[in-house]
Parts: sequence; C-alpha cells; structure tokens
Amino acid sequence: MAASSESTAKQGGFRAWLNKRLPVDEFVASQLTGYFAPKNFNIWYFFGSLALLVFVIQILSGIFLTMHYKPSELMAFDSVEYIMREVEWGWLIRYMHSTGASFFFIMVYLHMFRAMIYGSYREPRELLWILGMLLYLALMAEAFMGYVLPWGNMSYWGAQVIVNLFGTIPVVGPAIVEWIRGDYGIADSTLNRFFALHVIAVPFAIAFLILMHLVALRQTGSNNPDGIEIKKNLGADGKPVDGIPFHPYYTIKDLVGVGVFLIFFCGVLFFVPTFGGLFLEKPNFEPANALSTPEHIAPVWYFTAFYAMLRAVPDQQMGALLMLLAIVVLFFLPWLDRSPVKSIRYKGILSKIALTLFVIAFIVLSYLGLQPANDLYVILARVFTAVYFAFFILMPWYTRIEKTKPAPERVTYHG
Amino acid sequence: MSDEPMKAGEEVDLSRRNFLTAATVATGAVGAAFTLVPFIASWKPSERARALGAPLEIDLSKLEPGQMVTQSWRKQPIYVVRRTPEAVAKLEALDASLKDPKSELSAQPEYAKNVQRSLKPEVLVVYAACTHLGCLPKQYFTQADPAMGADWPGGFFCPCHGSRFDLAGRVFNGSPASANLGIPPHSFKSDSMLVIGVDATQGAA
Repeated sequence: MAASSESTAKQGGFRAWLNKRLPVDEFVASQLTGYFAPKNFNIWYFFGSLALLVFVIQILSGIFLTMHYKPSELMAFDSVEYIMREVEWGWLIRYMHSTGASFFFIMVYLHMFRAMIYGSYREPRELLWILGMLLYLALMAEAFMGYVLPWGNMSYWGAQVIVNLFGTIPVVGPAIVEWIRGDYGIADSTLNRFFALHVIAVPFAIAFLILMHLVALRQTGSNNPDGIEIKKNLGADGKPVDGIPFHPYYTIKDLVGVGVFLIFFCGVLFFVPTFGGLFLEKPNFEPANALSTPEHIAPVWYFTAFYAMLRAVPDQQMGALLMLLAIVVLFFLPWLDRSPVKSIRYKGILSKIALTLFVIAFIVLSYLGLQPANDLYVILARVFTAVYFAFFILMPWYTRIEKTKPAPERVTYHG
Repeated sequence: MSDEPMKAGEEVDLSRRNFLTAATVATGAVGAAFTLVPFIASWKPSERARALGAPLEIDLSKLEPGQMVTQSWRKQPIYVVRRTPEAVAKLEALDASLKDPKSELSAQPEYAKNVQRSLKPEVLVVYAACTHLGCLPKQYFTQADPAMGADWPGGFFCPCHGSRFDLAGRVFNGSPASANLGIPPHSFKSDSMLVIGVDATQGAA
C-alpha cells in the first residue's frame, strides 16, 4: 500500500483530487493489481467469475422484464405472452432471463465441483465454502420463486408442491403454509409476494452474499489445483513466488472464458431456448389451473436430484427431511474431509472412487427426478440416494485410511 | 449535560455506562420485535380472502350414484361423490391393505371419523389434494380398472407420485402419502342440500 500512496502523492490534477476523497487507486492496488492468485489455475477456475457474469445478466434482463410483467393472478400469464409476442425484442430479454437461470446453476454446480476436487472448502476456507452454500440456497429460493411468476400450470403446481413441503413441519406446518400463501390456496397474494421477494429481497441477499464471498476470498486467497498455500512461500519482495497479480493476468484470462461462455449461452438462447422442455417445461405454456394437475409434475432440471430423493421415501415427512439433509450435509464438508492433502491429485484411490460415485449419483438422481415415479425409478432413486449420503458419511473414514501422495512444495502444471 | 471538560482525576463510571448501554439495546430490541409484527401479519390471508372463503351450498339432487362433482372452496378443489351401495359395502373389507383404516392419523371432522368417512354413507366429501404434496388425485371408480390391476376396488390415484386411495379417501399401503385425504367441514341443510364450510352438529346425521 505504501507504493500506491506514494504514487498518489505524486499525482496531480483530477486524479489526486479524486483519490484524496475516494480511494480508487488504493482499492485497485489492494484488490486487483496487488492481489496475488496462484499461477497454476486451470479451466475449473473460470466458473466463479462466470457465475458472477450470469448474475449481472439476470439483474439486467430482470429489470427490463419487470417493466412489462404484471404480478397478478389475472394478468401474469398474459403479460408474459405479451412480452414474448408484442414487446419489441421482448422474446430475447425473456429467453435471456430463462436461459440465464439454467446457466446460473450450471456455473454454480461446476464451481462447487471445482471446490470439491481441489479441497477448496478445507481450512482456512471453511467460511468461504459456507458463504458459497448460503449463496446456493438463496439461488434456489430465487429460482423457485422466479419459476412461479409466469403463472403457467407448472408454475402453479410447482408452487403447490414446494409450499406444501413446509406443511410437513410438525404442529405449526399448516399455519406456516397458510401464512406463506396468504390465502387458502396458491393465489394472487402468493404470486404477488413471490414477485416482491424475487425482484427485491432475494437479489439483495444474493448481492450481499457475493460481496461477503469475495471479501472472505481476499482474506484467505484462492486455493489452487495442487491444494497448497502459496502464502507459505514468499519471495524477497514479500510476494508469493507462485502467485501472479489478479489484474491483469486473471482478468484477461477470465475474458477468454466469457467469450467461450457466450458462445454456449447464445447458442441456447437463439436456437434451443426451451432446451427440449428442460429449461422451460411444456406444461408451463398453458395458464395456471387449480383444477387440473399436469400429468407429471417435475421441477426444472437443477432441482430434480433433490426431488428424486423426496419421492424415494414412502413417508412425506421423512422425504422432506431427507431432502433438507441432502443440502445441509454439504455445509459440513470442511469438517468431514480428514485427508492430510487437499487436492484430489494427491488423495488416494478411495477418495477418487467416492467422488466419482457421488457425481454419478447426482447425475442419475437428476435424471430420475425428471421421470415419472414408477417402481423401477423409485428403487433406483433409493440406491443412488444411499450413494449420495454414503459419500459424506463415510468421508471421515476413507479420507483417513487411504494412502496419499505428498503434496509438492511449489505449484505444478498439468495443463 | 455539562459543557465543562472533564477534569483530571475524574473517573468514567463504567458500570453505569454499561448498564445504560444494555438498557438501550434491550429497549431497542423490544421495539424492533414489535415493529416486526405488522410486517409478518401482513402475510396472513386478508379480510377479502377470508370473506371469499365463506360456506358453499351444493344441490346434490341431480348427482347419480357413481357420479362425482368437483367444487372449489377456499381455493381448494373438493370432490363430492355419490357412492353406489355396493361401493359403500366394499369399504369394510379393505382394512388390511390400508395405512390408516380407522383414520387415526388423518385430518377429518369427528363426524367423518368412520369407515365411510362421511355424514351420509353414500355421500363422500373430500379435499381433492393428495396428502403427499397436494396434487389432484384422479378418479378410477371402476372396479379392477385395467390401469390399476385386477384387485383394484375403485378409488383415486394421484398421477404425481402414485399414491392410491379407496372410495373413502383412505390411503393404500405402498403410497408415498401417509394420511387419508382430508375431509372439509360440511353438513346438510336439507336432504339434498350440502353445505361445505359449516360443521354438522354431532349426531345430527
């Protein structure tokens, strides 16, 4: 910081005037050009900044959607059709927002997977991981309430199923459900409050959590594919020998990621915005109807793994509890992993098998949650739910007994 | 407050300061808690929503045995079924295949806590919301319906997660739902005039 205040002192004119009142240069120096990140980042390190990009896309497209959308039982469905057919470029803005929702989850799931393979949740980054998990929860709430807004039949019945999950809480459940809905069924009042939460409350919470996530990241510094601490190896200048300034090196690298991301994003946006019913479900193209359940209710793909777990249990209370546990258990990941090394590169064969099975279980459960609940699918869902939980429950055991390779002193490059 | 600066040797009374700080924080917290009340209460059903939830009268004189009508009361769909005498007779024999044959764990008014789960044996009034997650169970009243198997006694099937209910809304073993379909408060104004939303006086049926 000393260097930056010296350079500030030498400045004249507007820049000096500004920096005396608003520490712009100092902020850039401490957070960007003077913030050192490991030099061995690979492709997995794109997804954090890309998730942030999708957040910006969602905020911008969302603001413009609210200019035409009407959050009322009678007008919501028609106003979305109006946006799609009559507002100039309205279809583009709406598809941007709906495609953005799915891409948000793709980015977040890849970002979380990165943390899992390289042990980015381990000490000293436990709180960084927990803040990320809270972001994931907020994003789930945001996505759910956003899905209700078009007031299609799947919106309506999805809201019915999810809100009724709160009814499984002992004693106070039914009262809570009525309080959430503000009526004796999913109604205008429900739609209106979900709109308020979706456009104001939850986005604020997400923005705040993103800020906290970044502040916590600045405090501990990024992990890297080798899972070693670059701060332990400082050069004569007091800077990590295995680190490079975030700006310009990683800002430029992330721009390449943005370019590749936009190719995929625009590909979906322009050619397959509904993604065959996966990003926008077919029953949602007919208006909400309280007297007609869609043939087969399934949430959007990013929730289906948890939905499959819910359906796998023959008791609704236990099913809801299990679904909750599946998310809660992720919070404890930093304390379940007892391996002497962080990165999967140096962990033993058991960790590699466990992580592979976990990924397979998550993907299979996501698929099963999209399918009708017949006997075979329910049995498969039970098996893979067991695999999902075994990954966490057995983790303290298999991470301790397996033979690990020693982590290197310096970061390495594997391409 | 005195305008004079503190003199040397004067001590700050820390215990007094701590007490005042704690008292201020506590008063503020109580005030904040009370301020929350109107915001939380604003989410409850409004006066209008409550008024629209008034009792509903349905004339059953045109409902033939084996027929069903769907009504909506308080935004909740309700099925009214006039069961055939044979279907009513069959209900007694199903106990072994039901999760809650005596409706011990299910929600219904006291006067509907019987085998038929109704005031009049042939008239069933149930909430058309699966007790699993609220989907609409579909009617499969035909015995041994090909879609439901040879031993199907007639009843309801939820297309969402496959819960099965008999013609008294009682849930079959092996369903994800764990309780029988709910029974709304109801009574009869006259022999054929059903009122949903007003409880029958005990024993009046």
